[in-house]
Amino acid sequence: MSELRQSVVVDRMVKRYGRVAAVDDVTLQIDRGEFVTLLGPSGSGKTTILMAIAGFVQPTSGEILLDGRAITRQPPEHRNFGMVFQGYALFPHMTVFENVAFALRARGRPNQEVGRRVTEALDMVQLGPYAARMPRQLSGGQQQRVALARALVFTPHLLLLDEPLSALDKKLRAELQLELKALHERVGLTFLYVTHDQDEALSMSDRIAILRDGKLVQFGRPRELYERPATRFVADFLGKSNFLAGRAEGPDGATLAYSCGSLRLRQALDGPAPPPGSPVLIALRPEKIAVVADAVPDTANAVSGRIAQWSYSGTHFHLLVDTDAAGRMTATVPSWRCRIEPETGRLVHLGWDPDATVIVTDDGAPPPGAIQ
Amino acid sequence: MTATAAAGAPSGRRLVLMNERTAYWLMVAPAALLMAAFYFYPLAEVLWISVTEPKPGLDNYAQLFTSASIRRTIVTTLRICVLTTAITILLGYVVAYVLVHASPRAQRWLFLGVLVPLWISVLVRAFAWVTLLAREGLINTTLRDAGLIEQPLALIWNEFGIVIGMVHYMIPYAVLPLYANMRDIDPRTVSAARGLGGSRFYSFRRVFLPQSLPGIIGATVLVFIFSLGFFVTPAILGGGKTLMIAEYISLQILDLLRWGLGTMLASTMVLFIFVLLAALARVVDLKRLFGAG
Repeated sequence: MSELRQSVVVDRMVKRYGRVAAVDDVTLQIDRGEFVTLLGPSGSGKTTILMAIAGFVQPTSGEILLDGRAITRQPPEHRNFGMVFQGYALFPHMTVFENVAFALRARGRPNQEVGRRVTEALDMVQLGPYAARMPRQLSGGQQQRVALARALVFTPHLLLLDEPLSALDKKLRAELQLELKALHERVGLTFLYVTHDQDEALSMSDRIAILRDGKLVQFGRPRELYERPATRFVADFLGKSNFLAGRAEGPDGATLAYSCGSLRLRQALDGPAPPPGSPVLIALRPEKIAVVADAVPDTANAVSGRIAQWSYSGTHFHLLVDTDAAGRMTATVPSWRCRIEPETGRLVHLGWDPDATVIVTDDGAPPPGAIQ
Repeated sequence: MTATAAAGAPSGRRLVLMNERTAYWLMVAPAALLMAAFYFYPLAEVLWISVTEPKPGLDNYAQLFTSASIRRTIVTTLRICVLTTAITILLGYVVAYVLVHASPRAQRWLFLGVLVPLWISVLVRAFAWVTLLAREGLINTTLRDAGLIEQPLALIWNEFGIVIGMVHYMIPYAVLPLYANMRDIDPRTVSAARGLGGSRFYSFRRVFLPQSLPGIIGATVLVFIFSLGFFVTPAILGGGKTLMIAEYISLQILDLLRWGLGTMLASTMVLFIFVLLAALARVVDLKRLFGAG
């Protein structure tokens, strides 16, 4: 990665509050123009990292670099970063126009320029007609747009967004996700986005950094993270997964043979095989399971069980299947491909290919609410 | 329920209603009577005396515009009160600002520091200042022993002493409404201002200060009104040389027995305060300001 392409680097950052490490040795390199999301449950340190980049939190150790230059000790007003706060933090005593104009006035720009650029920024977020309103007279979505315009009007080096959509209802959120992404493409700025919402992260980001307990767990493209999660936590936090605890038996062609209870299963290999006899944890996405009623499927891996519970969501059937060999498993079947009529207690066979699963590191219990 | 049924039976429902209403009145009656007997009646009496003594008419009120000593007292009072209010609000603002930004632990101690003076008698505090500020007081002797002054500074028995004593007394009354207001200011708005390129001071001036304006207005009016009625502090720290209106009134009534003049001044003051409060009510929500709701 060339030095010039890097926009922001967080270098071995640690932030302690008393004895608790809110951020524990995190290193991140964010490229120019990238849309990077910091994703994690609450308390994972994602907001602390964002605040350190913005200059509101002083790291205990480590550096923040902008274009290769350390800015760790620079006050926030000298960093030239735009920021959209959670809850927006609009100035309640100023009109929409003055809110957006703030950064330009703080820089002492002449009135004429302020007027032109504020108008441009408000037009960009389709709020031109609202310039004279007070923030409290706007809806949540409009306030969010004012916050965006305010953070972008001075062409910052970087835009920081702290859960900007969390206060909005679901439909509006989906709309604004698309808008944000389009905006990112249009302005070409580096966006650093903090959220605990995995769908938001997956749909908008170029890359996602997954954080847990102040540590960076995995950093990569959304698809890479979803398809090849490195740890149990990632596999479960980003989407859902079934986990098969097995024991490696040995390589078999391009696959690894492993046992899981009385089952013999196969896992595609793209690296060295774990030594025979060592424990392996396999993550299996519910939608990668084929469900067959009458015959054992001809996939390399198969297990039988009875439907314990099922639900229908229009596009999909969600089945909870109690298997003898691998415990309770979740399968998600597209409605159009579901040839069986789900029924509690019915015997079904689950099948999947060796390359449908991944070996993950077992890094402990998944977050609450995740399936087992 | 039909009309016949309601008319036929002795209306149990209405009886209950009347009973309830009577019960409410009975419950507030002691307090209402107490207020009427010990508060409204004397107040009305004061108003009455002001237009009847020594002879019926508005002669007493005319003195507001003719008497030089009254005018001097009013000007002195207003000057001291404006000065006291300005200093109190400035210091109170600093204290409230620090309070809002302090950690919860530090906040508890700071609050104790603000509130403890409220629990100490105003008399005790005035005499405490006397021991500090007098010619042979702690400050003058220390400065003289240090060779910084030869003649003791006139820190007391003048307006300077009165203002010190009054500011000390009034600070909690400025801090509390200011604090209540500042607590409602979203600290992220100041962070946002810094992030947008505003220096510490610029962000304070353009974002924090304007949002704290209702608190400043409320505290100013409150402190000013309270200062107008000060009696003990100016009496002790002014040493009888500087007359403020409350002491002037007491002098008229207790020493000179000019009841008409004294009550006229008292009535005028009450009216003036009502006008101030009415003006304040147009700017801020009074109930909220003084802690209700």
